[in-house]
Amino acid sequence: MQQTQVAIIGSGPSGYTAALYTARANLAPLLFAGEKSGGQLMNTTDIENYPGFPQGIPGPQLMMDMRAQAERFGSQVIDQYVTAVDFSAKPFKLWTHFPEGTTGEMLEKATPEEITQFVKTVKATPHDVEADAVILSVGAQPKMLGAPGEKEFLGRGVSTCAVCDAAFFREKSTIVVGGGDTAMEDTLALTKFVKQVTLLVRGDTMRASKVMQDRVLHHPKVKVLFQTTLKEVKGEGAVKEVVLKNTVTGAEETQVIDGVFIAIGHTPMTQLFAQEVSLDSHGFILTRQSLSAMGIEMARLALTDEGKVGFPTMTSVEGVFAAGDVVDTRYWQAVTAAAQGCQAAIDAERWLEKR
Amino acid sequence: MTDSATKTSQTGAIHLTDATFEQTIKDAGMPVFVDFFAEWCGPCKLAAPIVEKLAGEYQGKAMIAKVDTDENRDVAIKYGIMSIPTVIIFTVEDGKIKEVDRKIGFPGEGGYRQMLGKVVPEHKE
Repeated sequence: MQQTQVAIIGSGPSGYTAALYTARANLAPLLFAGEKSGGQLMNTTDIENYPGFPQGIPGPQLMMDMRAQAERFGSQVIDQYVTAVDFSAKPFKLWTHFPEGTTGEMLEKATPEEITQFVKTVKATPHDVEADAVILSVGAQPKMLGAPGEKEFLGRGVSTCAVCDAAFFREKSTIVVGGGDTAMEDTLALTKFVKQVTLLVRGDTMRASKVMQDRVLHHPKVKVLFQTTLKEVKGEGAVKEVVLKNTVTGAEETQVIDGVFIAIGHTPMTQLFAQEVSLDSHGFILTRQSLSAMGIEMARLALTDEGKVGFPTMTSVEGVFAAGDVVDTRYWQAVTAAAQGCQAAIDAERWLEKR
Repeated sequence: MTDSATKTSQTGAIHLTDATFEQTIKDAGMPVFVDFFAEWCGPCKLAAPIVEKLAGEYQGKAMIAKVDTDENRDVAIKYGIMSIPTVIIFTVEDGKIKEVDRKIGFPGEGGYRQMLGKVVPEHKE
């Protein structure tokens, strides 16, 4: 069993920044990076809006550099998943081993019931880590539609990462589902390779920023279908057809297609923490700086004598902090995630001192 | 001059090309684990050191190989690669190449070991 003052779970910009700051505060943090370290930026090409890199920097490079920087000051980065936590008593307990015959990938695809059972099995065994404070920076993952055929053909024509997979659809016909900035980015990334992109937007307007909408609407390879949803993905070995449905008339139409890119937002990776800390109705972790009525209420209850919010990044559990996309329901930027990681680290450091 | 069929990276994964792919698998005499990757792919960078490690460990039991899908598009298309990393394990039956397992996306070290465990059951870590 390993003991630490600070355990950090997650290896995106918020996790690595939290590790950097707690390491520089001589807290020798343990960071559990999972088997796929680096978070969402590992699936991007050039990051052009992270300050300090005037020419842009490849996402994977930025993440490997952040890791190296955290390690340089004494963070121990462990490429393992955390498989269960117990925040009911101090020190907090973490488990990092898998029951015989299970893998990280199985955990990713499990239903909530399967996860409950999994956690129960893990917790019946001795824990692996004890921590005085924990920083949760587990991030989010792409959301799926839940349409028939979607999961079956994932990686065989269905993708949640146009930037990663666009090159395999040279001169093919593709659709993108979604109306936000991610959907616009995916659509534009595809236009560099494919013959045609049809963008499906559920409503009669798009949520994306005006600049991105304009680029998409005026692109000769792009056709936008408003008030249209994806009802089903069909194929044999690979995607062959999709069934589209008009949300107003209910009319259905089958279209021959090679690739389906889903860009309808992200879902927080909080399945393992649902019983341990308070979450909002979408599964995001609540802190005293959550941008919602509940966040404001938590902040109000944490007001100090001087009228300041104490430990803004603290969750509903004293000593457990959260940062990054798992908290942020609004900005979703690498730089805002990194900034929250820094805040959580400083809060954790001061909380440990005060204890 | 380097023979592309036998060109290896530092610790042993064999780089296959459009030209060498099928013959190398047919001549391997053991299961072949192929990592389809590209230089620009982030998750592939995470998979790479693990694939190299497995190449060392499985020497003589399974051939561990890599295909750069940007440079070898014919093979990528033929085997239906639409997302990377994709790992396929091939065996040869009656002189024909047969796909026995496929993993799309990076499943972590455990995921690759599980795949290899099915075709090389006697291997001890």
